[in-house]
Amino acid sequence: MNARTKFSVIGKPRRRVDARSKVTGLTRFADDLVLPRMLHAKLLRSPHPHARIDSIDTSRAERHPGVHLVLTGKDFPVSFGIMPVSQDEYPLAPERVRYVGDPLAAVIAKDEQTAAEAVELIEVKYAPLLTIATPEEALAHPEARIHEYGENGNIHRNQAYEFGDVDEALAESDHVFEDLFFFQGNTHLPIEQHASLAAVDGEGKLTLWSSTQVPHYIHRALARALQMPAAHIRVIACPNGGGFGGKCDLHNHEIVVSRAAIRLGRPVKICLTREEVFYMHRGRHPVLMKFRTGVNKDGKITGMHLQTLLDGGGYGSYGPASTFYTGVLQPVTYELPRYKFEACRVFTNKPACGPKRGHGTPQPRFGQEVQLDKIAERLRIDPAVLRLNMVAKPNSLTANWLRIGTIGLAECIREVVRISGWNEKHRKLPEGRGVGIACSAYMSGAGLPIYWNKMPHSGVQLLLDRSGQVTVFCGATEIGQGSDDVLAAIVAEVLGIDAYDVRCMTGDTGLTPIDLGSYSSRVTVMMGNAAIQAAENLREMLAEAAAEHLEVLPDRIVLAQGRAFLADDPGRGIDFRAAVELAETKHGTLGSVGSYTPPRPPARYKGGGVGPSPAYSYTACVVEVEVDPSTGWITVPKVWIAHDIGRSINPVSVRGQVEGSVYMGLGEALMEEQVFRRLPPKLSNALVHRIPSLLEYKSLTSLDMPEVETVLIEDPDPNCPFGAKEVGQGPLLPVMPAVANAVWDAIGVRIDEVPITPDKVLEALEKKAKGENPRVGPEHFPAVPYPEPIFVAPPWEGGDGNAQKPPRRAKEAVTS
Amino acid sequence: MMRLPWFRHYAPRLLAEAARILAGEGPQAMLIAGGTDLLPNMKRRHQTPAALVSLARVEGLKNISNGSGLALGAGLTLSAVVHSAAVREKYAGLYQAAAQVATTHLRNMGTLGGNLCLDTRCNYYNQNYEWRKAIDFCMKKDGEICWVATGSKRCVAVSSTDTAPALISLGAMVRLVSASGERELAVADLYRNDGIDYLARKPDEIVTEVRLPSAAGWKSSYWKLRRRGAFDFPVLGVAAAVKIASDGTVEQARIALGGVASRPFLVDKAGELLAGRRLTDEAIAEVGGLVASRAKPMDNTDMEIYWRKSVVSSFVAHALKEVRGDDMRSTRLRIARQEL
Amino acid sequence: MNAVVSVQRNVRMTLRVNGEDFDALFAPYKTLLEVLREDLDLTGTKHGCELGECGACAVLLDGEPVLACLVLAVECEGRSIETVEGLARGSELHPLQSAFADLGGTQCGYCTPGILMTAKALLDREPDPGRERIREAISGNLCRCTGYQQIYESIEEGARRMREQSQ
Repeated sequence: MNARTKFSVIGKPRRRVDARSKVTGLTRFADDLVLPRMLHAKLLRSPHPHARIDSIDTSRAERHPGVHLVLTGKDFPVSFGIMPVSQDEYPLAPERVRYVGDPLAAVIAKDEQTAAEAVELIEVKYAPLLTIATPEEALAHPEARIHEYGENGNIHRNQAYEFGDVDEALAESDHVFEDLFFFQGNTHLPIEQHASLAAVDGEGKLTLWSSTQVPHYIHRALARALQMPAAHIRVIACPNGGGFGGKCDLHNHEIVVSRAAIRLGRPVKICLTREEVFYMHRGRHPVLMKFRTGVNKDGKITGMHLQTLLDGGGYGSYGPASTFYTGVLQPVTYELPRYKFEACRVFTNKPACGPKRGHGTPQPRFGQEVQLDKIAERLRIDPAVLRLNMVAKPNSLTANWLRIGTIGLAECIREVVRISGWNEKHRKLPEGRGVGIACSAYMSGAGLPIYWNKMPHSGVQLLLDRSGQVTVFCGATEIGQGSDDVLAAIVAEVLGIDAYDVRCMTGDTGLTPIDLGSYSSRVTVMMGNAAIQAAENLREMLAEAAAEHLEVLPDRIVLAQGRAFLADDPGRGIDFRAAVELAETKHGTLGSVGSYTPPRPPARYKGGGVGPSPAYSYTACVVEVEVDPSTGWITVPKVWIAHDIGRSINPVSVRGQVEGSVYMGLGEALMEEQVFRRLPPKLSNALVHRIPSLLEYKSLTSLDMPEVETVLIEDPDPNCPFGAKEVGQGPLLPVMPAVANAVWDAIGVRIDEVPITPDKVLEALEKKAKGENPRVGPEHFPAVPYPEPIFVAPPWEGGDGNAQKPPRRAKEAVTS
Repeated sequence: MMRLPWFRHYAPRLLAEAARILAGEGPQAMLIAGGTDLLPNMKRRHQTPAALVSLARVEGLKNISNGSGLALGAGLTLSAVVHSAAVREKYAGLYQAAAQVATTHLRNMGTLGGNLCLDTRCNYYNQNYEWRKAIDFCMKKDGEICWVATGSKRCVAVSSTDTAPALISLGAMVRLVSASGERELAVADLYRNDGIDYLARKPDEIVTEVRLPSAAGWKSSYWKLRRRGAFDFPVLGVAAAVKIASDGTVEQARIALGGVASRPFLVDKAGELLAGRRLTDEAIAEVGGLVASRAKPMDNTDMEIYWRKSVVSSFVAHALKEVRGDDMRSTRLRIARQEL
Repeated sequence: MNAVVSVQRNVRMTLRVNGEDFDALFAPYKTLLEVLREDLDLTGTKHGCELGECGACAVLLDGEPVLACLVLAVECEGRSIETVEGLARGSELHPLQSAFADLGGTQCGYCTPGILMTAKALLDREPDPGRERIREAISGNLCRCTGYQQIYESIEEGARRMREQSQ
């Protein structure tokens, strides 16, 4: 199938199958749902960043007219968390609040206004605890401990890996570059605020409709949180009004409305306010990074030592995975003979960080790509050429034992250099104008699920009946990226029908086979492969039945253009519906299933499960900037980007994902930040989100968004459906470093942190004028008590993928 | 969903009736015109008026009349001001200011009078009730202290109107009508440098009209600093109006600032410094320095405080160069992200 | 917080939405956004902040794009209200709708109704706007998915289809 080159649906620019419903306003997002006798919920949230709850008095709220129920922590004895190792949240905090916005009570009332009024009537007595505001404070103050679990004190996760002797590699290098970078936290900002509606049906079973990207994980976690059999819970993921990773956790309010609906026997809905969405967060971790990179004269990297420190906020969330992702994908882009990474995530009294588009990888990608620019500058090598010379090899293993398949990065670099006019621009534009280049890689789906099991990651079921109707069921979730369209297109291609004739039933744990969810750019590859398998099974049944009717062998039958006909005699055939009727007569009720499980990763060391993917996508990006030397004001006139997609299922959607990634990347590069305000400690304990609003959290408007020129590189990957790799996340990654590198080209200053704002540019320019290092960025990396690294020899140094004793330590043992 | 508190709603047709209701209801009542400033504030419980007196249907507040100058009804939407040929041709500074307020939608709703009466803004104040509770409130609403300057006795919330500095530079007047009479004030005198008590308008007065003097011989310009090309309030607004004599020297000049104090204000001595001189680069730089020294931004808006102060002279230069007739289109496009 | 006020009575009035008269009974504190979504079941109009900071709730009031979250419903009597539900004629999509669907102008679809209404108001006034006019016109509508480029292309194509239709 993958070898095919001629398609009827795949690769054709098409109206996506759910577009009509979106442009008519008929798409039902969670908050659009209304049920008879529906009640409304509102949460009471902590005004303290860190406090013990001494008492909660709900009596006045309960007596408020129109109030049906008030819930507090005592109604939720079981903790929850999205990963098995981070069961550290409660739907309503029972004893302790850990950030301003942490919910501790809920009111369910006849309408939202009444619920909000009653929330104000709940009286809480708090005993404030020491506020931990920053990672430095978290490291310095093991007490007050925000959680009673984790490595120790306020360190949540702490890990170290070494793939080959990096110190030795650096010692033998021509140059060693040491740089610090900081990536400020930012948030997803979907325009749709999270909403959930829970209802109990006549059989006493619960249905939860929610803006979630991961109905299966929610289903599992909800069963545990509510202590109910999963068979009695149905989770329906409504189409999301944007997700970007922000709807991947089980959220407090989802459990609260579920419990309330069960308790009251009436539907209960909640829709978060924008401020509350900022509190749910789970967005990009602020990460401080230290890179030590060895380079030879020719610009080839000899080894890299990366240290990261993540500000995790008040809860675990996906933090254990995020911590890994600040390191594990570094070796996928360029050849890296030896690699060491140490990563530490700490708890602080702020909303929890988690997975945002690129999950943990944009931060180190920023650092490495800016450092490469510095290396190129010092070695007097063109930054595009430097990168081109060390693109990772296809069908290879990385130092940390990730298996790479196809790589279109070299082609991406060449294309983006060509269309941007790089060779005429770089180092050649007048003062104040410049271009920067950066590259990246991203995975097409995580190789392992978030809970340990060996079952498929995606299942697809197909139903055909004599009317010719094709229905496809899959747990995948439409978050705007176009997953329903991918599903319909793949089924349609295999069965030779029109994509609009396929009905998609998705994201419903009561109806659809399990798909792990819309995260880690996994859906096209995993759901797509499962869909091909299911559709191929049915195609065979149809072909057999048609062949029997046409009195030929089944392998002569082609299904295309809504017909089943002879490959060598297209005039002889029957229409699709007739083929289905024949098949139903021959085989009985028609249905088929397909499953997909990613290949087993080659790594065998503990922790080697994070990073493997069936395929990696690659991107190269050039950004042009104009910088006003008197104010530091930055303008981006144009962005050029080339993405290695493998193959486009629907090029309209693919381009949309690339341009949307550039949009979000420019926001992160230039203005978006989730930052906090601490009041003078003598006067107040407050530690609040500075700007929890759509006005003050700056998302680019159409007037701020430059033109983007996109090139898609198509080199089909054999692990992927029709060769299609991911596109939802990878193209975001190179944007931020390309902006930073362009600022350097424009005015000769280095901004080693994001966002890159005009005040920082001006500060760097002032330093430059004074003859100081023209750089703004972190100056200091704190002493982090990283553990002894797990040592794994890279594949080319005789390793077998297992951890082993480090050679150095072995040497020391001999000498002592 | 954020919701408004309960209130009584009046929709009078006549100005006198509106004034009478306002006087009768007392300080518990508030005027609503476009609602784009008041309603978000009410949703955040900054203001919880028992009654709203709507000006939407009041007759006579949406007139544009040409005389020796121009009279603009306070009830004109900002879009109507932007689309007025008279404004665009003769009062470029006002056009540029009005065109950069918020967004198209909000300009279709918000009025000129409303923009003049815009509540002062502060990052500690323009927050939801729950957020403000988490900082134990501030002196502008429900609290004691000013968190921006904890030693300050007065609130330092920032005047964020775009049209006021433009109108001040143009020497405009406003008409105020109440049940007990009416009066005229220079736009500059409508404001007090106090984040709470920022208007000289009395609670029972209605801003009904803005009168601009003749523009003959004058040229004006407005430059707004903000992060994005839409939505954002100014963190600096520089308005300049200059009357140039036939010999090319400055006969009269006014420079007004917004976004850097609790009121928009005319920069003293800037006019004198320019009078009798040509708008040379040196003169512009000199006045830029003077104006910058008067700008006292506080750390309560978007963008970094020292940087905001450091760019004032550049913005003054942009405005004066535009008045001088320089081609500022590419600079404008970079800063405003649109042609103006 | 003075949440409870003594007089709490609903108001009844007729609202004209998409050419149809609706007899509505609602709390006077409700904005047009709330009444459309909660009392008239017109949930096509979305909300992202309710403070005038995103543009998701844009509707047309007497032909002008406004934000329904900051319009008092009690002030809408006798005025013409247009929402996304009124764009299509029966099952036939408005040219803007079909162009958005064809050219990737909608991804998650959440900002789409507001942008469609804003674009309609623009094209009703200017049948053939340039790219810069389109950029300005929708600069009050935040979209987190597309990066806007496919939205511009959709509006340009919608304009072309509208001109074709009117010929």
